[in-house]
This record gives sequence, structure tokens and C-alpha cells, in this order.
Amino acid sequence: MEQQYIDLYKEQQANVKMHSASPLNDLRDGSFALFERIGFPTIKLENYKYSDLKEPLSADYGLNINRIPIPVNPYEVFKCDVPGIKSFLYFVVNDGFYPVSDPRNNALPEGVIVGSLKEVGKSHPDLIARYLGKLSAKKEDGLVAFNGAFAQDGFFMYVPKNVVLDRPVQLVNIMRSDVDFMANSHNLVILEEGAKAQLLVCDHTVDDVKFLCNRVTEVFVGENATYEHYKLENTNTKTTNLSTLLMQQLASSTVLANVITLHNGITRNTIEIALDGQHCETTLCGMVIGDKNQKVDNFTSILHNQPNCNSKELFKYVLDDMSVGGFTGKLFVAKDAQKTAAFQTNRNILLSKMARMNTKPQLEIYADDVKCSHGATVGQLDEIAKFYLQSRGISEKEARLLLMFAFTNDVIENIRIEALQDRIKLLVEKRLRGELSKCEGCVICQ
Amino acid sequence: MLEIKKLHASINGKEILKGLSLSVKPGEVHAIMGPNGAGKSTLASVLSGNQNYEVTNGEVSFYGKDLLSLPPEDRSREGVFLSFQYPVEIPGVSMTNFMRTAVNEHRKYKNLDPISASDFLKMMREKKELVELDNKLANRSVNEGFSGGEKKRNEIFQMAMLDPRLSILDETDSGLDIDALRIVASGVNKLRRSDNATIVITHYQRLLDYIVPDFIHVLYNGRIVKTGGKELALELEEKGYDWIKKEIDG
Repeated sequence: MEQQYIDLYKEQQANVKMHSASPLNDLRDGSFALFERIGFPTIKLENYKYSDLKEPLSADYGLNINRIPIPVNPYEVFKCDVPGIKSFLYFVVNDGFYPVSDPRNNALPEGVIVGSLKEVGKSHPDLIARYLGKLSAKKEDGLVAFNGAFAQDGFFMYVPKNVVLDRPVQLVNIMRSDVDFMANSHNLVILEEGAKAQLLVCDHTVDDVKFLCNRVTEVFVGENATYEHYKLENTNTKTTNLSTLLMQQLASSTVLANVITLHNGITRNTIEIALDGQHCETTLCGMVIGDKNQKVDNFTSILHNQPNCNSKELFKYVLDDMSVGGFTGKLFVAKDAQKTAAFQTNRNILLSKMARMNTKPQLEIYADDVKCSHGATVGQLDEIAKFYLQSRGISEKEARLLLMFAFTNDVIENIRIEALQDRIKLLVEKRLRGELSKCEGCVICQ
Repeated sequence: MLEIKKLHASINGKEILKGLSLSVKPGEVHAIMGPNGAGKSTLASVLSGNQNYEVTNGEVSFYGKDLLSLPPEDRSREGVFLSFQYPVEIPGVSMTNFMRTAVNEHRKYKNLDPISASDFLKMMREKKELVELDNKLANRSVNEGFSGGEKKRNEIFQMAMLDPRLSILDETDSGLDIDALRIVASGVNKLRRSDNATIVITHYQRLLDYIVPDFIHVLYNGRIVKTGGKELALELEEKGYDWIKKEIDG
């Protein structure tokens, strides 16, 4: 299945490059050569043993190499605004940055740059060149390599030294196509020393066709900077969402990442956070609510490359029907990374006999003065707690809901945008009730 | 209100209740005492609908309704309340949310609209005072991190919120110090009316100093073997259960 893309690239590379953000072209040939060598990942690879991507990768998708504009106005179709949330709102339609900016975005503090890689590549080529590919180019990963060969644009955000964004930046990825479609995009986020920002990424589909999204996001968090990254996936069951989030933290920086999969077809999140300075704080959370044939695999790595850093990881899954979950928690502590404190928890509830969960803590500790722990459980709802609730007059259905909701609660508490937290609570509750968790007034969620 | 006739129940194939009969009328307080393993907690579990227990024979009617055919939630809505011997901790479910859901499910059963937010808060406040339950506890997750005494007070608080017609207190005195015992008992006494009834299950007599029963039943080997007035408790306290065992097994 790789061959068709190899042929396509060889045939179309001039077009790919011509319509691309120019900084991405600097990485392109290297990425392509890597992809040609290693191909797409298969379950034979340890890092992909819980992500069987053969079927979605074999499908025939259209690519928009010549960047033909997609006839959609996201401001019209996107009504999913989290009520009460004041955000700087941006759209990526398929894999292109939507050029019309919300007038409210003019309130961005001075020096902050938010836009498309393509546009910013023209106005600030040096800034981008300093960062782009620094985390992704060396990855021996078929999906990242493929992205490097085909991605032509993406979202860019830069927050200069000591600038604090008083509200979150919201990036909405909208998939819109009449035929089965593949999108590749490369996002870049830079926070300089002492900067503070929150990014909320929402994935949506407008059409009921097969989508494959392969996105790579690089995030650089400078010294003393604070960054929160939220990802909310709420798409159709025909969507395959492959997302690679690569982050670097410098000394005394703080990061919270929270990835929530409410509804999707196949999800693969690869998340790697490298702690490259001392005294970093990292919280990585995630939640999955799966049913039908959903497949969700979160492959996470936290790399303690420097001493005196704290990391906390918490992932929770509620799986029903035939859904399958995967979790890998890789924790690396380098030889000199003394006084590391790292805690990892993965808890899972299986609601049906056919649902499956694969969980794997993977700790590699080369330092000797560290505090590390991990725990993984797979089980059912607590019958005794359920009976207790029922004995107070609460129906079995409602008791199950209360318990499932309670189970996800500590992940939801790690959402530090109040309006978003309220919204997610509501969406999770609706989702657990079996109602579609689409937002009120939204015409696009299927 | 409650008629238990020749009730047989077992757990994991082992018969615990072996033909227990009991009749409770409104306004009455019944104490059920007995040695360990007599079946006291089994009786409480069976009445509240715990599915780990299997009823093999006999019947239980509550105001004429077949209690055993109802799921646990409907028994509660009909007005049966069990104060658990070991209240369950439920992290992530707040006491407020738990109680609001329970109260509204009860109201729905009676075709009433959900309670208004202000009425609910007022009700919570009043009932909390009844058992001197700390405000902080009410804001926490159900029973999570509560001390033994706080958990039992929380049971009586829930009882006050749901205003049952029949309350079953399963070893509510176990693990309580004397102050907590007094608070719990006083809460129960304040909730006593001529139109509701209480079954107090206890191993010791001391709770009955505070909650004075009309009848005392001795449960032994799955059946009620002796019934008397409140003075029976004193006799049991003094002489233990051995004389009864001898009388029955004898």
C-alpha cells in the first residue's frame, strides 16, 4: 500500500512543493526517503502493536495536493462554540488553514503570531526555521515521515517572551469532502521564556465519508513558560485520526496536556514529551469513551532527560460494545535525571464482554534516586457501589451513569478552562447516556 | 405495613434464613438481636434487594405489595430504607449530586416535578443539622474519606432526606463511640412518627438505651426464636445468647 504513495510523490513532488508552506519543503525529501525506507507502521512494531492501521491505510483517499479551495465557510457550519468560552478562534479545513480570521482575534497581544505555516513562512522564515522539524525530523516513525513528505500547511502559533494570553486559542479542524479524503498537516507551537498559553484543538467532520487525518504537532515550551494543550475528538465513525504530538519543555516550564476522545472511528495518538530542562512540571491526561467498533490507542512517552522534574500521567477508558482500547505509558528516566518523580495511572472499565483493553506501562529508569510508580487496572463497574445507589431509589441505568461519570471525573478536573470543563461534563454525560454528544445547534456533527 | 412469612434465603448455596416470620406495624420499633452468623445482616440485605442473596421460599409484603418482586430502587421509592453496616465509598460522585438524584427519582415515582434548587438546598441544610453532619462532608464525594462515625451519620442523613416509611438500621451502632452513638440515635428518634416504623438490627444492647424498641426479637439459626419487650435486651446483655442456644438446640 506504500507503493501508490511513493509513486504519487515521485510524480507530483513538484506540485506538492509548489503549493506548500516553504519551510516544510526543507524537510520533505528527507522525510520521503525515510518513508520509502520504513513504510507505514504495522502491528509487528512494538510501538504500534495496539494500532492496526492496515485497513484504514489501504483505503483509497483523495489528496488535495494542488490546494484547490474547499467550498465551505466554517463560520457558518461551525456552531460548536463552547458556550461561555472566550477564545481566539481559528479553523483548519481538511489540511489548509482557513484564511478569514475572526475579528475578535485582533485582540491578540502584540508580538503574538497566529496563522498558517504558509503565510508565516513568508513573513517570519527565520523564526520557523529555528524550530520546525527539530522534534519531528529525527523520528523513525512511518506516520511522521509520511506527514513530512505530504504535509503542505498547518497551524502556527508563537507567543513571545513573558506574554500571557488571557484566553485560550481554539483550533478547530473541520473535515469536509464529498469523496474519501486524506489530510496531512503539520502544526507548530512556540512559547518563549515565561510565556503562557492554552490551546484547544477540536476535531470535527462535516461529511459522512471516510477521512484519514495524519497530523503532526510540534510544541516548544521555553523556560518558565506555561502551556496547556487540550484535544477534543468528536467525529464520525468512519474517521481515522492519526495524531502525533511532540513536545519539548525547557527548565522550570509547566505543561498540561489532556486528550479526550468522545467519538471517532480509529484513533491513534502518539504523544511524546521531552523534559529537557530541570524543574519541569508535566501533567498528561486522557479519556476515552468508546463504543460500537471504535478503536483508540494512546501511545505516550514522557522523557525525563534532566533531573528534578515531576510528571503525572492519568488515562481513563470506558469501553462498550466491540470497542478496543490501547494504552502505552512509556516513561524514560535518563542516567543523570536524579530526583525524578513520575507517577502513571491507567484505569479502564469494560461495559461489555466483547470490549477489549490493552494496557502497557513501560518504564525505563537509568537513574537511582527517583520516585516512580505505575498502575493499570481493567475491570467492571463496582457492583457494590451500584447497589448502594440503587438502594437510595436511583435506577440501575442512572446508577451506572453516575458511576461512569464519577470514573472520568478526575480527568475532567484536569481541564483548567472553566467553560470547557462544564461543556465536557455535559458532552460526557450525553455520550454516556448514549445520546450523540454533538453541541446544540450544530449542523455538522454526524 | 411489613409482613414477612416463612422467609428462606441463601448465599452461594448456603441457607442462612430458614423460615423467618415477622410483622411490623406503623409507629413500631422492632429490634432484632442475635449472635454472630444468625442471619441478621442477611435479613437486611434481602429486604433491600441485594442480589447476592437468593430467596428460596416465603414471602414479604409491604403495604400489600410483593416486595421481593421489586428491584432495589423501587423498594426504596416505596419507602424502604436500609442504613448500611458498611456504607460504600463512591469517589467522584458528590453527596449533593447523589442526594439530588435520589430525591428526584423518588419524586418522579410519585409523579412530582423535580425539586427546585432552592428547596433542595434548604432541605439539605435542615437534614444535615439533624445528625450534625459537617457542611464540608456534604460537599465531598459520597463517604470518601469519612470516618466510621461520619459514615453512619451520613446514613441517617440520607434517611432523613428520603423520609422512608420503614427504616432498617443494620448494625448502625458498630464502630461508633458514645458521642456518635448519641447523635445517630437522636437523629433516628427525631424521625420517628406514628406513620413510620424502624427495624434496628444490633448485636449489643447499648443502642437500645437510646432507641427504645417496642419489641425485641432474637434471631438464631435463621429464625426468630424469641420475642419480648425491651426488658429482653437487658436479659441478653446479662446472660449472653448461650441460654437461648441451649433452649433451641437443647
